[in-house]
Amino acid sequence: MSKVKDKIFSARSVFDGFGYFYLTLIGLLCLIPFLLVLAGSFTANQVIIQYGYSIIPRELSLDAYKAIFLFPEKIISAYEVSILVTTTGTVVGVFFMSMAGYALQRKELKYANKISFFIYFTTLFNCGLIPWYLLIVGLGMKDTLLALIVPSLESAFSILLIRNFMRSVPESIIESAKIDGAGDFFIFRRIVIPLSTPVIATVGLFLALQYWNDWYSTSLFVPTSSKWPLQYLLYKTISAQFVALSAAAASYFRKGTMPTESVKLATAVVTTGPIILLYPFLQKYFVRGITIGAVKG
Amino acid sequence: MRKRPEPGLLTVKTKGNGMLSFSREIGKNRVLYLMMLPSLAFFAIFAYAPLVGLYYAFINFNFIGGLFGSPFVGLKNFEFLFFGGAHAVVWRLTLNTVLYNLAFIFIGNGLQCFTAIILNDIRGRIYKRTTQSIMLLPYFVSFVIVGAIAYSIFNFELGSLNSVLKVFGIKPVNVYMLPSVWKYILVFFNTWKGLGYGTIIYLAAIMGIDREMYEASELDGCNIFQQIRYITLPLLKPTFIMLVLFSLGGIMRGQFDLFYQLIGNNGILFNATDILDTYIYRSLVINFNVSTGTAAGLYQSLFGFAAVMIVNAIIRKINKENALF
Repeated sequence: MSKVKDKIFSARSVFDGFGYFYLTLIGLLCLIPFLLVLAGSFTANQVIIQYGYSIIPRELSLDAYKAIFLFPEKIISAYEVSILVTTTGTVVGVFFMSMAGYALQRKELKYANKISFFIYFTTLFNCGLIPWYLLIVGLGMKDTLLALIVPSLESAFSILLIRNFMRSVPESIIESAKIDGAGDFFIFRRIVIPLSTPVIATVGLFLALQYWNDWYSTSLFVPTSSKWPLQYLLYKTISAQFVALSAAAASYFRKGTMPTESVKLATAVVTTGPIILLYPFLQKYFVRGITIGAVKG
Repeated sequence: MRKRPEPGLLTVKTKGNGMLSFSREIGKNRVLYLMMLPSLAFFAIFAYAPLVGLYYAFINFNFIGGLFGSPFVGLKNFEFLFFGGAHAVVWRLTLNTVLYNLAFIFIGNGLQCFTAIILNDIRGRIYKRTTQSIMLLPYFVSFVIVGAIAYSIFNFELGSLNSVLKVFGIKPVNVYMLPSVWKYILVFFNTWKGLGYGTIIYLAAIMGIDREMYEASELDGCNIFQQIRYITLPLLKPTFIMLVLFSLGGIMRGQFDLFYQLIGNNGILFNATDILDTYIYRSLVINFNVSTGTAAGLYQSLFGFAAVMIVNAIIRKINKENALF
C-alpha cells in the first residue's frame, strides 16, 4: 500500500515541478513585453538611439514623462474623449440591450422568436465593411464622436445572452407583480434588473473594454486629431505619424534633445497605466464574466 | 432553443385576419415592443440597411453617379478579383485568412486546454491566482499596445531583439523585411493575447467535472498523470470540440486588429500576411476602390455564411443541444 502511495507521491512531484516551471514561463512571457515598454519609457532617449531598447535601462531618465506631463493637452483631451465615449456607449448600450433581452424572453410575446432571429441573423451574414462605412458617412456621422459610439452600441450575442439569463428569473415573481398591477417597464426596472446583475455587469464590462480599446472606428471616421481617443492617439504616436506633444513642448526641449523615442513608449504607459491599475479590481469580474459568456448564448 | 409553452389564459386566439391580429398583438404588448424598439432600430439601420449597399459590388462606382447612378457591370468586379491576372488576389487572401485562422484556432485551443489542466491541479492558491491574473493581462490591453510591444522588440534600429543579437555578435535583422517569419510572430501574439481568456473557459469546464471521480481514482491508486489521461482529457474533449467548431464557423473573419497593428500597410509583407479584412480595409481607406472592396466583402460574407452553416450542421449531428440554431 505504501509503495502505491509513494508512486502517487513521486508522480505528483514530477507534475508539480513541471507545472511550476511551465506556468512561471507563461507568466513571464505575458509580463515581460509590458516590462519592455515600461523600461523603454524610462530610458534616456540618447541611449535608446545608440543601443536600442533593453529590459534594464542603461541610463534612467524621466525626460519622456517630463515632456508628457509638462505639456499634457493632447493626452488629456484624448482621455476626455475616451472616457466620454466609453461611459456613454456602455450605459446606453447596456440599457437598450437589457430592455430588448427582457422583452424577448416574455412568453406572451407572439413575435419574440421571429424578432430574436431578426437580431441573430446579423451575426450570420453581414454586408461587409464598405457598405456599412458608407451608410454611417451617409448618416452624417463622419468626424463626430457619434461615429465612435453609435455603431458599436449593441451586439446580437449580448442581447441573446441577457435574454437567456433573464429566463431564469422565476415566472411566479413576475406574475404576482403583474397581479399587483405593475407595468412591464416597472417589473423590468425593479425586479428583473436587480436579479440579473451578473449578466448585466458582464455585458457592460466587455462593452466598456471594447469602447476603451477601440481605435478602428476612429481610423475610419474621425480625421480631426482633437477628437481622437487614447488608443488612436497612441497608435499615431507609435507609428510616428503624429507627435503626442504640443508645439510648446518642442520649443521647451533644446533642438535635438526632444525625447522622441522614449515619448512613444511613455505615451503607451500613460494611456494604459491607469487601466492596468484598475485591472486587479476588475479581474475577478472578468473571470466571472467569461464563465457566464461561455455558457452558450 | 427552449420550446415556448402555449400563450396564457388571457390571450385571445385570433386567426384569419393577419393585419388585425398583428395590430392587436402590438397593442396588447405595446410596452414590451417599445422596449425592444431601440434595438430593432439599431439592427435595421446598421445591419440591414447597408445590405442595399451590396449593390456596389455590381457597379463601377464613381462619385458623381453614386450607388444608383454608376454604370452596372454585372460580375466584372468578381471576375477581376478571381481571374484578373496579377490582381487576382482572392486566392491568396482566402488561403492566408483560412490558414492563419486554423493555426490560431488549433494552437490557441490546444495551449489553453493544456494550461487549464496544469493550472487546475497545481498547488498553492496564491500562486495559482497570480498566474491566472497575469495570463489574462494581455487580453485586457488593446491591440495598439500589442503593436507598441512589437515595435519595441522588432524595430530595426532600436528594437530589443537587435540589441540582444548585437551582444552576441550576430548581425541585426530587419524583421519588417522578412515575410517568412511573420507567420510565427502573428501566431505568437494571437496566442499570447487569447491564452488567459481561453484558459478560464477550459478551467470552468474542468471544475464542472465530478470531484468524486478523482477521489475514487485516487483510492484505486491512480497518479495525477493517469487522472489527467483517463478522467480530465476525455471529459474535456466535448468542450474542446465545441469551442473549436464554434471558432471554425468564423474561419473567414480575419483578426483585423492583430494584422493591422503589427504590420500596417507594409507592402513587403503582403504576400505572407495579407488577409481579406486588411485588403478590404485598404481598398476603402487607401485606394478608395469601393466596388472591388464591396465585392471582396460580399465574397467573404457568403463564404463565412457557408462555413457557419456547415459547422452548425456538424454540431447538430454531434449534439443537438449545442447547435446554434
